[in-house]
Amino acid sequence: MSDQATPAAATRPSALREFWYYFSENRGAVYGFWFFVAFVLCAALAPWLAPYDSAEQFRDHILQPPVWQEGGSWAFPLGTDPLGRDMLSRLIAGSRFSFFVGVIVVSIAVSGGVMIGLLSGFAPRWLDTIIMRIMDIILAFPSLLLALVLVAILGPSLTNAMIAIAIVFQPHYVRLTRASVLAERQKDYVTSARIAGAGLWRMMFVTVLPNCLAPIIVQGALSFSTAILDAAALGFLGMGAQPPTPEWGTMLAEAREFILRAWWVVTFPGLAILVTVLAINLMGDGLRDALDPKLKRS
Amino acid sequence: MHIADKFSKRPHDCGPLMLRYIFTRLGSFIPTFIGVTLISFMFIRVLPGDPIIVMAGERGMSEERYQEMVVKLGFDKPVIQQYWDYLTGVLQGDLGNSFVTKKPVWDEFFALFPATVELATCAMIFAIALGLPAGVIAAVNRGKFFDRALMSTALVGYSMPIFWWALLLIIVFSGNLGWTPVSGRLDLLYYFDDVTGFMLIDSVLSGQEGAFKSAVHHLVLPTIVLGTVPLAVIARQTRSAMLEVLGEDYIRTARAKGLSPTRINGVHALRNALIPVITVIGLSVGVLMGGAILTESIFSWPGIGKWMMDSIFRRDYPVVQGGLLLIAVIVMIVNLTVDLLYGVINPKIRKR
Repeated sequence: MSDQATPAAATRPSALREFWYYFSENRGAVYGFWFFVAFVLCAALAPWLAPYDSAEQFRDHILQPPVWQEGGSWAFPLGTDPLGRDMLSRLIAGSRFSFFVGVIVVSIAVSGGVMIGLLSGFAPRWLDTIIMRIMDIILAFPSLLLALVLVAILGPSLTNAMIAIAIVFQPHYVRLTRASVLAERQKDYVTSARIAGAGLWRMMFVTVLPNCLAPIIVQGALSFSTAILDAAALGFLGMGAQPPTPEWGTMLAEAREFILRAWWVVTFPGLAILVTVLAINLMGDGLRDALDPKLKRS
Repeated sequence: MHIADKFSKRPHDCGPLMLRYIFTRLGSFIPTFIGVTLISFMFIRVLPGDPIIVMAGERGMSEERYQEMVVKLGFDKPVIQQYWDYLTGVLQGDLGNSFVTKKPVWDEFFALFPATVELATCAMIFAIALGLPAGVIAAVNRGKFFDRALMSTALVGYSMPIFWWALLLIIVFSGNLGWTPVSGRLDLLYYFDDVTGFMLIDSVLSGQEGAFKSAVHHLVLPTIVLGTVPLAVIARQTRSAMLEVLGEDYIRTARAKGLSPTRINGVHALRNALIPVITVIGLSVGVLMGGAILTESIFSWPGIGKWMMDSIFRRDYPVVQGGLLLIAVIVMIVNLTVDLLYGVINPKIRKR
């Protein structure tokens, strides 16, 4: 924390190393991190990794069980779905959607939330009150319900589901940013920047914002997983990605009627959601431990 | 935390401060309530398409009848006047009628509400009954096997897509083992009138043999599904609150006095660790309502969540509008109560 005064170029590698030192103390976080890297690679390389096209139907291999069960074959390692589509290919293709959902929702929610939060922290009292009341109003609605109703207004699709989830997540970032801004504004370095003649914009984005980022990054990691969960839930309820999109939640909804006949069509998409969300949450816990100065052992 | 700060700054007068706190909290309730009604009012007006034509359905509607409906629904008045009429209606319990059943939304909501309350209460009891001990055991065994095992399980529960969890439980317990039914609240064998609306109580009151057992069987899986995420949250929160308290001086004093570890952990530490846990429990009400939509849809549980979901699909807009408002208001009231209780139960505040 004392190295904030030294030039950025000199501290950068050591800051990263210091971060990694604290982050890697949490073994679960490291596993989560590597799984997340694998997930990102899988999403990026999906078309090359998947053995088949996710929409290709093999009509003579309908509901074929996975390879280790009787009747399975190496041609379809995780079996096929009721339309004869390869489960593995669809799961790999689905990783793209989940990754996109996470990235887009978090970017919209963070950028919007941080802007409004900064504004609220620096604004005159009346504007601050109005902004915070609006956030209270959004928070009064259960988030999944509000997202559902927003999608009902906008029309069911993955894009609209992402927009709805981003809107629902926004208030958390607004509150978080505003709270950090108000705490930082009390500190001497902000006063000295103001006396040195820093304008409002400089104060907001250069002086204060970088020092508020730690909790926002942690929250961002945790929202990434919640966004994936919520988008899958909307897909499952038929209000997110529409079939035949191989989105994991939508796949589960399509597979529902086969749950007692073909366990694999239900088990694998859900397992994919669970493992991805779990990995990101593990990473988020590690990030929190590493970035929270209160928990750092000096 | 902010409440505690507010009080600790002025240590000498609690009574007036507590009152002032109640009033400020109530004061922020009213604008939020108005905002919530504004949002639900706007809902029907920002929808694509004309709600009257949607209401008419496939058959369409004559020009005369259309004009009649415009006047009846008040769409010919200025928007401000429409909002005022809506707000006064809401305050008198008038949320309009469902397009589909033609019954008042208010009546439908409160007929189905007990089913959701029953499910949510059972889920919460399940979550607290397992989550509190799990958190305490983990904290007491910090860093040891139990701690790791419990907290890993809690993180899995926290990350669980509950709709998938529900399907898995159905495969295992209803499909393979045949222990539990897949849907509804009661076997069709039994029939009795609603007295309280809570199936567990009504089935006992009915005096029919096996009815209570059937109600319990129907409740088990939905309760587990809905309670899983709160269970994980409570376990994690209890653990961290306990760890914080166990580091305090008065715990060391208690140990030095030679009190048994059970007494120290169970009485001295847990009591103070409970304060943040109760806040978390209160704040889970919103999460429970969101989870209820998924759980009720999967288990065909005839409560608010399924009703909302069905109405969204049927484009029954007055129901969606009214349900959204009532749910938000109930969540707000619960949060307000939790905040006020927090001011009351925290002994730090009470003493000063």
